[in-house]
Amino acid sequence: MSDAPQNLYAARVPIFPRRVSGYFRRLKWWIMAITLAIYYLTPWLRWDRGPNLPDQAVLVDMANRRFYVFWIEIWPHEFYFVAGLLVMAGVGLFLFTAMLGRVWCGYACPQTVWTDLFLVIERWVQGDRNARMRLHQAPWTVRKIRLMGTTWTLWLIVAMATGGAWVFYFTDAPELARQLVTLSAPPIAYVTIAILTATTFVFGGFMREQICIYMCPWPRIQGAMMDPGTLTVAYRDWRGEPRGRGLRRQAADLRVAGPQIGGRAPLIPMPGVPDTTTNVQGPGDCVDCNACVNVCPMGIDIRDGQQMACITCALCIDACDQVMEKIGRPRGLIDYLALSDAPREAAGGAHIPAWKHALKPRNLIYLAIWLAIGAALVSALFIRPQIELTVAPVRNPTFVTLSDGSVRNAYDVRLRNKHHDARVFNLQAGADSTAALQVEGHDGANVTVPADAQMKVRLYLTAPAGSAPAASDNSPVRIWVEDTVSGERAHVDSTFNGKDSQ
Amino acid sequence: MTKPPKTDDTPKVETTGHSWDGIEELNNPLPRWWLWTLYGTIVFAVVYVILYPAWPMVNGATKGVLGWSTRGDVQMHIEEVDASQADMRASLTETDLGVLDRNPELIEFAMNAGAAVFRTNCSQCHGSGAAGAVGYPNLLDDDWLWGGMVEDIAYTVRHGIRNEDDPDARFSQMPAFSEILPKEDIATLVDHIRSLPGGTDPLAGAGGQLFLDNCTSCHGDDGRGDRTQGAPNLTDAIWLYGDSPEQVTRIITRGPYGVMPPWNTRLSEAEIRAVAAYVHGLGGGEMPTPQD
Repeated sequence: MSDAPQNLYAARVPIFPRRVSGYFRRLKWWIMAITLAIYYLTPWLRWDRGPNLPDQAVLVDMANRRFYVFWIEIWPHEFYFVAGLLVMAGVGLFLFTAMLGRVWCGYACPQTVWTDLFLVIERWVQGDRNARMRLHQAPWTVRKIRLMGTTWTLWLIVAMATGGAWVFYFTDAPELARQLVTLSAPPIAYVTIAILTATTFVFGGFMREQICIYMCPWPRIQGAMMDPGTLTVAYRDWRGEPRGRGLRRQAADLRVAGPQIGGRAPLIPMPGVPDTTTNVQGPGDCVDCNACVNVCPMGIDIRDGQQMACITCALCIDACDQVMEKIGRPRGLIDYLALSDAPREAAGGAHIPAWKHALKPRNLIYLAIWLAIGAALVSALFIRPQIELTVAPVRNPTFVTLSDGSVRNAYDVRLRNKHHDARVFNLQAGADSTAALQVEGHDGANVTVPADAQMKVRLYLTAPAGSAPAASDNSPVRIWVEDTVSGERAHVDSTFNGKDSQ
Repeated sequence: MTKPPKTDDTPKVETTGHSWDGIEELNNPLPRWWLWTLYGTIVFAVVYVILYPAWPMVNGATKGVLGWSTRGDVQMHIEEVDASQADMRASLTETDLGVLDRNPELIEFAMNAGAAVFRTNCSQCHGSGAAGAVGYPNLLDDDWLWGGMVEDIAYTVRHGIRNEDDPDARFSQMPAFSEILPKEDIATLVDHIRSLPGGTDPLAGAGGQLFLDNCTSCHGDDGRGDRTQGAPNLTDAIWLYGDSPEQVTRIITRGPYGVMPPWNTRLSEAEIRAVAAYVHGLGGGEMPTPQD
């Protein structure tokens, strides 16, 4: 190592992943197609909810405070459904990370999916790895400007489509599309599209692996959630080493440490990490062709061991399997392995199938929690009522004496009509109540609540002079609301304050 | 484990020289874009300090060349809202208050605007819940001294009661009977009046004679008061100044003199109408039908 201090800052070294085909690449194409299709097409799905409500299948209606997801409609007071889904997403992340490591990063993370999409465009315009590397090093000729310009234009189109699709989730998509084209959409729509276009373009086209390594908290969090039984992409060093292109090598002592950060960590024994120091007879299966390095979108060498930059996209498995097939060796030199497999397999033990790793008690507990929350949410969804009311007794003042000596209490009543048409609700005091019921601003006790809306009314209960509720401290009262169309009823128990409450 | 481990051929990285229990800290370089991001935030901060209020000085922060301020921002938003409500206010000013309740949109606007006006201007005397206090009428009940229809309430708000500021103020004055009646008669009257809500004939007995001679000209032969002069109904269960013998004696001896200021100098006509509609909707408002 030289004595000159190294630079504090380093420019990004561009990565030019080579095209690869194989099982995991096919799986990733499918996941990419499905996730992108869901993202771009969902806002255009229609769902008939009658004339009073939007017909967009998935709509986050911020202005009217409603979430529409197909037949489900979430009101603000039911936000616990959304909270429950977030908890499920969290527990699901625990489950998948404990079972499969950074599977989210490798397959489903938008950063991975969009970077993959941008790489497809880049490869289509500029050619595969070697062509792109040559182009990168070439001076700025007309051809390079044309190729780069084409690539960036296509990226920009994808980025704009990405930003554009986002805003469609928040308002009627066809209507907004018309407005966007005729430049009459609200400014916030253009601003949102501009910001998301910029982030997609920069993150997918230029930042790529830098997002995962430097900006994203997930790698750190997920790393902490893994255990030795977690399946992750690893290199069977005991099989591959010493590597070389058919060279005979002397039997060598080889120490392979446990987790290495970025492939650069000094070899330090770590508590809890099995020491896989072993004696290996050479030569190994690895022909050092660098196929695994060339296809890696993160630009790392998986043979350096577990490292933070690895998103477990599994493309190196495909690349290595192809090579192993060519040289007539069994596949799986790079494979999904658990860390605990390493010492056992190195010592000649049998391979443990992935599903056996997956069925750890820890994973089953996560799964049980996940299913329990899911079941609770689904049952809550089915039993939630179509009409609801809340009753807030007015406490300022607690009661009013009227001129004939009767005592009146006021209640702020919120009526919720979740039906998709206006309903007439009838308000009643409990059958045992002698109090007369009035609704401010309404004749009688019938209130028309508009479709899919809540309405606040002030309800008066008046107990006759000298009656027990009027004279006593306080007495319980039940307030009923009945849908005069369906006959559905709901009630809330409240309190009536009499003269003695002062 | 018998031999020292061989070094691998990964790039060598300088360490910071710090060592904790043998663990050393690598001195990997930061990405350059990170550095440029840092520079970007510094440039942003400088531009921000020039454009917006930033440095705290003795008498407030530096103004910034854009002249932006949070107060100015609030003022701008208030003006925007004011402008957007101009039509509603004009419509409220023009609509006959008697038929206000036929326009649901307008009544909702009036109720909300009136609630804000009430909290700011009325709650000091009438209470934030409009329940009043001794000497300050409860606006929730169905008892009105000067009338409980929206027009009546609006007039009271506009001109006030017994004030010297507005020639159109509602005015009446109950005399202090300490100068008119002997104490014994006042004591008789107090007992008589306190019994009226219980159904006593206002003109019966010794108290009745005193009532006829001294009170009926304003409170009426039936004791039910007279709204044209703000004379309260003495037969109902509501006592503005309290119903204890001491409280009633005090009122008869000294005479009440409740004052309400005129609000037409401080509130716009639309605000007056809004607060009238709000008070009318508090539970005691009277509809334009004949009163008994």
